[in-house]
Amino acid sequence: MAQLVEPAPAAEGAPPPHRRLGRRQRQRLVRGVQYLVFVAVVLTVALAADWGRLADAFFRLDIARGMFPDVVLVALRNTVTYTLLAFAFGLALGMVLALMRLSSVAPYRWVATAYVELFRGLPALLVLFMVGYGIPLTFPEREIPGGVYGSVMIGLGLTAAAYMAETIRAGIQAVARGQMEAARTLGMSYTWAMISIILPQAFRVVIPPLTNEIILLTKDTSLAYVLGVTAGTIELTKFSGDVLNQRVNPTPLVVAGLLYLAITLPLSQLVRRLELRAAKAR
Amino acid sequence: MNAISINGLHKSFGPVEVLRGIDLEVRYGEVVCVIGPSGSGKSTLLRCVNLLEEPSRGSIHVAGVEITDPDCDIDRVRRRIGMVFQQFNLFGHLTVRENLTIAQRRVLRRSRAEANRVAMENLDRVGLAVKADAYPAQLSGGQQQRVAIARSLAMGPELMLFDEPTSALDPELVGEVLAVMRGLVADGMTMMVVTHEMSFAREVADRVVFMDGGVLVESGPPADVLGAPREARTREFLHRVLEPTRVSEEEIEAHHPA
Repeated sequence: MAQLVEPAPAAEGAPPPHRRLGRRQRQRLVRGVQYLVFVAVVLTVALAADWGRLADAFFRLDIARGMFPDVVLVALRNTVTYTLLAFAFGLALGMVLALMRLSSVAPYRWVATAYVELFRGLPALLVLFMVGYGIPLTFPEREIPGGVYGSVMIGLGLTAAAYMAETIRAGIQAVARGQMEAARTLGMSYTWAMISIILPQAFRVVIPPLTNEIILLTKDTSLAYVLGVTAGTIELTKFSGDVLNQRVNPTPLVVAGLLYLAITLPLSQLVRRLELRAAKAR
Repeated sequence: MNAISINGLHKSFGPVEVLRGIDLEVRYGEVVCVIGPSGSGKSTLLRCVNLLEEPSRGSIHVAGVEITDPDCDIDRVRRRIGMVFQQFNLFGHLTVRENLTIAQRRVLRRSRAEANRVAMENLDRVGLAVKADAYPAQLSGGQQQRVAIARSLAMGPELMLFDEPTSALDPELVGEVLAVMRGLVADGMTMMVVTHEMSFAREVADRVVFMDGGVLVESGPPADVLGAPREARTREFLHRVLEPTRVSEEEIEAHHPA
């Protein structure tokens, strides 16, 4: 009997063996305690909170109503536009960088590696400042095409490209080496094999992580305000911040938050579904 | 003119010399089976024949073209060499039919109709015409390998290389692949086959080549090499392959000293 009982340090002068709980009983007890703690915390928060004040601060319907329709027609639209522009730019550049990292020409590999390491190590805000102010100061006679749109596209796209390059490179390397060999033995050139055999299969692998990248970019577009956006180019965060200043009430932040979630939640749901499908296909 | 002519072939991976001076000729219409223990360099030899591995030294002529010449257009030569891999390597994102047509269209510039016709012809030849619209993942290993053979055939190759085509298959699926290969032999295809299927080699090979340690140890008609090997190394290998249950513990220790 004794060797079956696990050593319990707290059980000095232990209760006789027959009083020990069975495995199932113990499980039930542990779970019960967890529910109890949860309910206690929720009740404490609910009772301690000043609901009236909170509602007054964050859920002023009149203020929320006043933000429409501009918050959707202008701010949300710009947020989406900035996201898509930066994503397209980052994807194109990331693709080139990924292929450079896998190139047999060593200097290409060095440049691509240096780029990725550099831009993964810099804050997106710093890069955005550089594109928005550093470059115009250096080349005052030239202008980044597209104004704020162009600057955000490049400023956020440069950073995104570094991350996407790594994702795409991993995707290409995840395609079995035999695929390239089979294509080459059929007489296809390296380039054709890459385009028609490797990349399509690599992209299946990287669609979920690239969708995650869109989610990250959506949130990063909130940095666009540092470029001094106008009424036409304003995005969600700056828009709600302006209303917050006017009305001295944080309700606009809640509205903006909900609108961000309206973009990001469906996307992350999509990622989950794509990952499930990919797992099934394997 | 020989289909394949290999002279003084050496191949090293870093400090490891895998092929140490290979000379081998394969005539048109001939079926050559390459056998040997793992690590003997037989797959590397086969992969050198279509330059999937770059030889370190020596020359290889395929269908009269020196592929080891740095100015040789290897893509052009590869169209004439079919290759079947141990792992099938079908293109997973394409249907069976597309697997067969993509290179015909892109490399041989055949019209869609022509490529489809040739594809169906060759799928029929391996008995898988009904699977034309399936994806590789929906096929068994044996079916995938038959599709891989059909894919090579669709390019109209002058010779075919097989790199252990049945080694990745469950035992009950080996037969269907060997049957397809037997059909190719009957049609007079020039074939170089790296294999562990001794009975297949005995049955269809014009010549069996035994490799060990990066050199050709013995070569000749299957009846001689498999039936009455001259070299001790060949005898020992065949003994191990044909009667694996007979290998004793003493033998293992004798050949793999600790």
